[in-house]
Parts: sequence; structure tokens; C-alpha cells
Amino acid sequence: MGQFIQLVVDGLSNGSIYAVLALAIVLVNQATGLINFAQGGMAVFSAYITWLLTEHGLSLILAILLSVLASFVLGALVERLVMRRFERGDPDTAVVVTIGLLTLITGICGWLWTYNNQQFRSLFSLTTVSIFGAAVSIRSIGTFAVIAVIMLFLQALFLGTKFGLALRAVAINPKSAALSGLPVGRLLMAGWGLAAALGAVAGALVAPQLTLTPGMMDTALVYALAAVILGGQSSPVGVVVAAWLIGVVENLAAVYVHFIGYDLKVAVPFILTFVVLVVRPQGLFGRKVVARV
Amino acid sequence: MTLLELQSVTAFYGPVQVLDGVSLSVPEGGAVGILGANGAGKTTTLRSISGTVRAGGRILYDGADIRGKRPEQVAAMGIAHVPEGRGGFGALTVRENLRIGAYLRRDRKGVESDIEFVLELFPNLRERYKSHASALSGGEQQMLAVGRAFMAKPRLLLLDEASLGLAPSTAMTVYDAIAKLRRESGIAMLVVEQNANLAFRLVDSATVLETGRNVLSGTSAELKGMDEIRRAYLGG
Repeated sequence: MGQFIQLVVDGLSNGSIYAVLALAIVLVNQATGLINFAQGGMAVFSAYITWLLTEHGLSLILAILLSVLASFVLGALVERLVMRRFERGDPDTAVVVTIGLLTLITGICGWLWTYNNQQFRSLFSLTTVSIFGAAVSIRSIGTFAVIAVIMLFLQALFLGTKFGLALRAVAINPKSAALSGLPVGRLLMAGWGLAAALGAVAGALVAPQLTLTPGMMDTALVYALAAVILGGQSSPVGVVVAAWLIGVVENLAAVYVHFIGYDLKVAVPFILTFVVLVVRPQGLFGRKVVARV
Repeated sequence: MTLLELQSVTAFYGPVQVLDGVSLSVPEGGAVGILGANGAGKTTTLRSISGTVRAGGRILYDGADIRGKRPEQVAAMGIAHVPEGRGGFGALTVRENLRIGAYLRRDRKGVESDIEFVLELFPNLRERYKSHASALSGGEQQMLAVGRAFMAKPRLLLLDEASLGLAPSTAMTVYDAIAKLRRESGIAMLVVEQNANLAFRLVDSATVLETGRNVLSGTSAELKGMDEIRRAYLGG
């Protein structure tokens, strides 16, 4: 029993890493209609900014706040200078552009800061407390709490505010949104900026655990995308629950399902995703969009 | 008092000239129709006003030339464009679509009472209030598009082919509701329509376009009496 609880707790802790990235992906998706593959790369870049600031003697909290601000600006600039050219065209082209951005940003990080691991200080203490016999680190609890707050914030933003409604409207039909007087360009920039800022938080949360390298988020991004599909692209709560589910199921499967084991556990989220796509394509929590033809 | 005046407006799609000197004027509170066949330049005329197509000539709104303004600026000046194809937000609910229409407004109470007005005008929308716009029928989507434009509290409504793809009886219901909207709100309207009979339910006067040029203008009564119009646009 002790082992089971420990596995669940560790799974939730891993899942939290995927969750925070998945939230950023949902944010861009709701605000621009795209899946942004560069999200992980942008989060890594932000983590490097934070790291650089702490190396220059700033406190971690201050460094994260500055990095969040800088990331907002960078995210908005990426939209304005790069993505703007592709938004009016085929969405598939735009998605491929984000894959290109991912490669580019990863390359820039490696060029500026090398591919060596960098030590990134943790926001939360590593001491563990015992919950139902399982050792839980304060860091996991802190990460968990931050994610819950962000998730509720995003849900409230999209469903409860005029700004969130405007972001969604622009993503759905930019031309028509402009006819209703929405400042489409600025809203798209704001959407990317917010997602990048969220990425900065994500980077700071996971960098201590994964150790900072340019490719730090690559694996997490794959899991995050699985969580987005599983949870439904339009639901912040959905993707977080899905990410936790993936973390837990993956851990449990590795131990209790012998033919999977630790080597094959990476397959678990994809099997889950596959099943969900077949059975419930809108995701576990996504709203089904019915269209009359 | 003239609200909108087009003077020899021209427009191109790439090298193709679509408008070749369109002139018309809409008085404050009046309703003017733009009739004509496919490809005559009706939709492009509306687009040149709302800033979605670059235009030459002069487009005077309230006496000032508004050419070159971006669509959101034109919207902010009180011109609401119901685009061809209705421009709905499929994944938003009926209520959210109406709230988007009111994006530029700051009077919360006025917005709520105008939503109520739209639901009175189009009772179908009340039944579908919480549904996604994509789940509505074609007629309901058209009603929603008109309702969304009204929510902006415009002085001028540009209406593009509201009958497109609708059953004749539905199209009539939609036009009669728009005529009621006009009576009760006094909003001026510029109405593009292929079906002249429908347009005459709403407009006081109209101009007929052919290959981007006015070929005929007059009051609804005058135009209705003309054989030419009857043959070309009323089906004999």
C-alpha cells in the first residue's frame, strides 16, 4: 500500500510538470486557434532568463517575476514578427512554423548557454513530509498548488471575463471579430504574451527537477500534448486533470503491468490518447463542437 | 441629412477591377438597397466601406472620408457590418456572440437590455440562448448575425445578402424582423440583396449594380414598376 501511494504521489508530481506546459498550450490554442509546438522551447528560454538573473545575484522570486515580464514581451513579439505572417493562411502552415520555432529557440539556447546542464535553484524546499506513509516533497506540493491556481485563473479568464471572451472570439473568426471592433492584432499579441509568461512560470517550476538544458522540455512537451488531447483543447481544468492522470497511470503501469515496465512506460500516454481519440475525440472534458452543414 | 455617401468608389482584387465608380448615398435613418447579379460588386461595395477592402474614390461618413481606416476603427465609428456568410463565432454561445457584438460598449446595463431586445425580436434565439452558434439553423445564425451587429449600437448597418441559403419563408421572417428592427431603432441600413422582392420589404430606395457600376437608381416604388428590374431580378 505504501508503495502504491508513493507511486501515485510521484505520478502527480510528474504530471504537474506536464500540466503547466499543457496549460500554456491551451492558452495559445484558445487565443489563436493554433497548437504551439514552440511552447516548450519558449518556456526553456524563459527558464534561462531566470537562471541568468539569479547568476547575477538576483533573488529567485525577483528573477522569476522579471522573466515572466520579459517572456510576455518576447511572446508578443514572436506573434507580431513571425506568426502574424502565417495567421491569415492555412493553419497547418502556422503549426509547422511553430515546430520550426521550437528548433530555432532550442538552437539559440544551446548557442548562448551551451548544452551542458545548469543548476537551477528550486523555488520550494526539497524536504519531504509524510502523507499516508508516502514521502512527499514540499516542492511537489508547491508545484501542485501553483498549478491549481493558474488553472483556476485561466478558467476564470476565459469563461468569466470580457477579455477572455474576446481572445476566444479572435481565435475563432478574426475577420468577423474585427468587424465587431475587436483589436485583433493586439489580442493575438496578448494571447501569445500570456502563454509565454505562463511558460516562464512553467520553466521555473520544472527546471530544478529536470535540470536546465536546451532540450529540457522536449519530453515534457510530448506528454503535455498528450494531456491536451486527452483533456480537451478548450478546457484548462481538463488538461490538468489529464496531465495528472497520465503521470499517475504511467507510474502505476510501469510497476504493476509487467510487460510495460520502466522501459515502455512512455507508451502509456499515447495508448491513452489513442483510445480517447477513437472514443471521445473532443477529449475527456472538451466541449463537442457540433456544426451543421 | 446624409449619413453615408459613396462617390465614384473603385476597388480591385489583385489586377481585377471589381468596382468601377460606384456612387450612392444613405440618409440618416434611411434604408438603401444594392441590387444586382452575382459578381456585380455588391459585397465589395460593403467591404470597401467597412475597411476590409482597399478602395479608391471617396467614402464619406458623417462628412469625413473613412477610406484607409481599419475594420475595427470603422466599427468604432458606428458602422456594423453583417458579412456574407454571417461571420458567426461557432464555438461561442448565442449569448457570447451577442456580447462580442457589444465589445466596444461600456454600458453594462444597456447591453443587457439590448440583448433582451434582440431576444424579443428573434424569439428563436431565446430558445437557443445557451447553444453554440454552430448548432443553430441557417436562419437562426442569420438572426444571430443581425443581432450581433445591432448590439454594437451602430448608426449604420451594412447587411450582406441575409437571405443567402435560407428557405423563402425563413428569409421573409428574417427580413420582416430586420424591418421591425429598423422601425424601432432608427438605424440606417445599406442592404445588399440578390432577391429584389425581399429587399423591397426593407428599403426605401435602391441602386442596381452591373459589373461594378451603377446602372439604375430610384425609390422602391419606381424600381418595382420597371420591367427591366422585374425581368432581371424578380424572375419575370
